Amino acid sequence: MPSAPTAAPAARFPASPSKSTFGWFLAAAFAVVLALSLREAQVDPRLLVQADAIANAGRFVRGMVPPALGAEFLGSLARPLVETIQISVMGTAIAVVIGLPLGLLATASLMWRGSLHERTASLRRAAFGVLPYGLARVFLSAFRSIPEYVWAFMFVRAVGLGPFPGVLALGIAYGGMLGKVYSEILEGVDPRPIETLHAAGASRGALVVYGLVPEALPQLVSYTLYRWECAIRASAILGFVGAGGIGQQVELSMRMFQFDEILTELGVLFVLVAAVDFVSGRIRGRLVR
Amino acid sequence: MYQLRSVSKIFGDGLRALDGVSLTVGRGEHVAFVGPSGAGKTTLFRLLNLTLRPTEGAVLLDGVDVAALDGAGLQRARRRIGTVYQQHNLVGRLRVVHNVLAGNLGRWSLATALASLVRPRDAAHAGGALEQVGIPEKLWARTDELSGGQQQRVAIARVLVQDPDVILADEPVSSVDPSLAVTIVTLLRALSHGSRKTLLMNLHSVELALGHFPRIVGVREGRIVFDLAPDKVTAELLAELYAGNRDDERQLEGMRHAIGPYGGACRPLPGFTE
Repeated sequence: MPSAPTAAPAARFPASPSKSTFGWFLAAAFAVVLALSLREAQVDPRLLVQADAIANAGRFVRGMVPPALGAEFLGSLARPLVETIQISVMGTAIAVVIGLPLGLLATASLMWRGSLHERTASLRRAAFGVLPYGLARVFLSAFRSIPEYVWAFMFVRAVGLGPFPGVLALGIAYGGMLGKVYSEILEGVDPRPIETLHAAGASRGALVVYGLVPEALPQLVSYTLYRWECAIRASAILGFVGAGGIGQQVELSMRMFQFDEILTELGVLFVLVAAVDFVSGRIRGRLVR
Repeated sequence: MYQLRSVSKIFGDGLRALDGVSLTVGRGEHVAFVGPSGAGKTTLFRLLNLTLRPTEGAVLLDGVDVAALDGAGLQRARRRIGTVYQQHNLVGRLRVVHNVLAGNLGRWSLATALASLVRPRDAAHAGGALEQVGIPEKLWARTDELSGGQQQRVAIARVLVQDPDVILADEPVSSVDPSLAVTIVTLLRALSHGSRKTLLMNLHSVELALGHFPRIVGVREGRIVFDLAPDKVTAELLAELYAGNRDDERQLEGMRHAIGPYGGACRPLPGFTE
């Protein structure tokens, strides 16, 4: 029997909800923003194919090959290379020290929201929950909204040239990012085991070390390792403002128009980032079990 | 132990989960709560373990209105109440020993708790508790590698370490197979009896409740509809309790023909002999 296309189902199921006008509004707003940005950001592909642009780029690229591979030059890169790794490790370590406590304070489900706090008196909740939560979030966003480059610039002024201002810059800027992401990861942990511990009289600190952190550990470690990779890359930029590492060598070579050295230095940086990626991948693979 | 005075709980979304519940439970009593899903049993238990706050009415624990408790006093009261949920009680990524010793968290300082994660404090105590629930060999296993039934035993072992005055078991056997369900219910009763603890249990299975508990409370739509000894719970009362809940009516039908999943493990049920 042929089926009638307009048959019964409509009567048995609720009608599909009406299309949201909000979705259309969002799409239109996005289109307008994109169009304005295209003009205001002065996007002009023609500039790329201008005669002197091509000539300049050509000089730069021709200058890069063959890369500088002299033994003396390569030897001179060893120290900045090690320094870059050290800056990134110390910077990330400080970022964890800053980010973890602030991240915990910025976790709403731990501090004031949800079933853990239903019985907490409202004054106590405001003073020991909402207030530290709000402060932690303000600090986290201040730390991460200022780019590490700017932090480094300030710290070079404060403590002088060298790796230390780079470490401080990474520690603070990445501390802000880690704290924000840690709080989101911790917010996503299954609340039920935590609630059970809480119902048996566990304190907030105990909930953190016996529930939240163990449950979220693979994600916390994984994101921290990712930040470490970013720190290696960032340390190249930080060198530009005098904060040591391989970046400082790139900056020197650039200023002396030694494009062949730049290619070598970028190659070294590439290998370094790839190696870090490999190592952190192995650690993550072991952890996420 | 517990005294509830016309307790109501209305959630943020306007749902009235409990509606004027009054109930008294004596020290050392064993009570089973039955009723269709969504009747408010779990909400009741979360009120009893001091997670939720009643919207109206009062919950008294040993004569003290728990609404007045806050901070350290509230934590002290919670320490006296052990809860076993249907599942998701445990922190899967920790070893069994830590989950069991977590029963001490209400007593331990944060430093002690942290130190125990590195080097378990009193692992023998945890081992003893696991022995009582029948899985001592799992002491050092990763918790999420255990089966559902084994995890439930770990949750019970933790309550033993906590050594509370009351055990609240919210559908502790819904996620395990029937023979194990009988074992766990029997175990919880025996352990509570031995240490004179009060035991309150939500049970989805009427058969288990009637077969094992001296006092049965029927809950429907947030109200208590009966509170009787099992031999006074008639087939009519149960039919009324579960009216309109298809799965549960099937359960009653099965009991009527003595083909319930727990079979001979329970004593003959009154009202169901033809």
